Amino acid sequence: MKNLKYLLLRRATQIGLMFLYFSANAYGWHILEGTFGSSKLFGLIPLADPYTALQALSAGFLLGGDVIAGALIITIFYMVVGGRAFCSWVCPINMVTDLANWLRRKLKLDKEEVNYRFLKRRTRYWIMVLGLIVSAITGIAAFEALSPITIMQRGIIFGFGAGISVVISIFLFDLFGVKNGWCGHICPLGAAYSLIGQKSIIRVKHNHEACTNCMDCKVVCPENQVLHMINKESISVTDGECTNCGRCIDVCNDDALSFSIRDLNKKS
Amino acid sequence: MANSDNNRRKFMVTTLQSVGLTTIGGLLWSGYCDEAKSSPLVLRPPGALPEEQFLDTCIKCGLCSEACANRESNKNRDGTQREGTLKMAKGGDHKLIGTPYFIPTEVPCYMCDDIPCVPVCPSEALDMKSLLNKKGELEINKAHMGLAVVHKESCVSFWGLQCDACYRACPLLDEAITLDYQKNERTGKHAFLLPVVHSDVCTGCGLCEKACITEKPAIFVLPREHSMGRDGDHYVKGWDKKDQQRAGDRKLDEIETHDKRSEKSPTDYLNKEIEY
Ligand code: SF4
Ligand code: SF4
Ligand code: SF4
Ligand code: SF4
Ligand code: SF4
Repeated sequence: MKNLKYLLLRRATQIGLMFLYFSANAYGWHILEGTFGSSKLFGLIPLADPYTALQALSAGFLLGGDVIAGALIITIFYMVVGGRAFCSWVCPINMVTDLANWLRRKLKLDKEEVNYRFLKRRTRYWIMVLGLIVSAITGIAAFEALSPITIMQRGIIFGFGAGISVVISIFLFDLFGVKNGWCGHICPLGAAYSLIGQKSIIRVKHNHEACTNCMDCKVVCPENQVLHMINKESISVTDGECTNCGRCIDVCNDDALSFSIRDLNKKS
Repeated sequence: MANSDNNRRKFMVTTLQSVGLTTIGGLLWSGYCDEAKSSPLVLRPPGALPEEQFLDTCIKCGLCSEACANRESNKNRDGTQREGTLKMAKGGDHKLIGTPYFIPTEVPCYMCDDIPCVPVCPSEALDMKSLLNKKGELEINKAHMGLAVVHKESCVSFWGLQCDACYRACPLLDEAITLDYQKNERTGKHAFLLPVVHSDVCTGCGLCEKACITEKPAIFVLPREHSMGRDGDHYVKGWDKKDQQRAGDRKLDEIETHDKRSEKSPTDYLNKEIEY
């Protein structure tokens, strides 16, 4: 029986946060109000998504003080815990793409990652930049105009409407189209958080001595290019694209992976 | 040598293809955004910046909508919770996704005294300053979410029936809508009580539209850009001291009265049947 500790913790966090957002509208709770674009914690502390704030800036608008402060708080937070911890611990789309990915494995839809010519894992960084350019051209936050992340989040809070089709599309794309297609190749928010988390403190650490080279971690990892050190070196996963989801730690039966504090002295 | 030439060619082609694809993507994306933001007949919350600015400022957080839905006064007469006024645009609503709006015939804006929806806005897309009165207090009467217009053919007052449902529903009773008394020549002994909306007072809350008794409301709120004309600077009300003052303050060469039409002479209109 494989360990599900981090998976369950993550689902609890994701669902719990969504419930708090939902309750702000449904029951008037003042714990976590708003959406990722901008939220209020305990009716007091502003939080805002840095990439959304950047889009608004390039759309040519001087941000209100709350949004700037909120974006700074969020940036600093994820600089510490790992940028893409947002992806695996908060973002609701992650539940959709994880499900697609899990089904994909169960249905044995493909074992190997297909190499698409123009849809590489770095494509998302292009899309991230393009999003800012399009924002500047059109004068509205371009990714926010179609972001499945906030469409899903607002769907949960205010009702889905036709927005559900976007979420279904992503599910189908990841299931039958490209493996880790959305989160691993396209999502500019994930790209932005990868960059923010480049130097984060909390990292997954590999112990080469304990590793039996079963490669279970690489099978389950949504960004398995970051696990290049498996069975080679005892170092931390330093790549910003690691989502700190802890699935690799969960599935490793040999205790060769664990969360640890990045060794600040060692250049790795 | 040939090999490196080949490599360079390959590199060039790939680069060109990437640039091409990026451009296509950018164009499609821009096209979509342009399309998405051109939904002109939307009513925004109180204090909203002019639409164009509002769209790039609103960060789509939904805090205004949540404040509106959960304000204490949002109760039906029997004490049950009422649906909030402000909705967040979803896919399929044909408005820029995630922006707040309201539809008066569903839920109008009740013009709350404390305006809970505005101070919560983190981006200042809802501009609190525009709603402050001279004493520095929030005053909902200063809101201009839209302007009500009357379609007189479907308004039964214009038939000579007594209705005044809109007049009485208006929170700014006898200010935003006044009744114009006129003699009903058809019967000879009755009066018309005609609703007239005043654009300087009307907030665009839509309570009149909601109250209107006709199948499709004969009075309805439109965004101000769409329900108002503009007289232009070159018309001066000779009988109005203030307006004369305004004209006097301006330099003559700033006033532009010439346009394409001015090239033609008015007599041509009569003699040569020129169309303007
Ligand atoms: S990559 Fe994007 S959609 Fe996927 S989990 Fe991260 S933020 Fe959410
Ligand atoms: S390396 Fe581990 S923690 Fe990082 S994304 Fe992969 S499975 Fe998740
Ligand atoms: S003023 Fe209107 S929009 Fe604002 S909270 Fe009150 S009812 Fe809602
Ligand atoms: S509170 Fe302000 S930024 Fe947030 S959705 Fe409303 S108008 Fe937009
Ligand atoms: S919209 Fe109608 S009810 Fe509201 S202020 Fe204007 S005239 Fe009065």
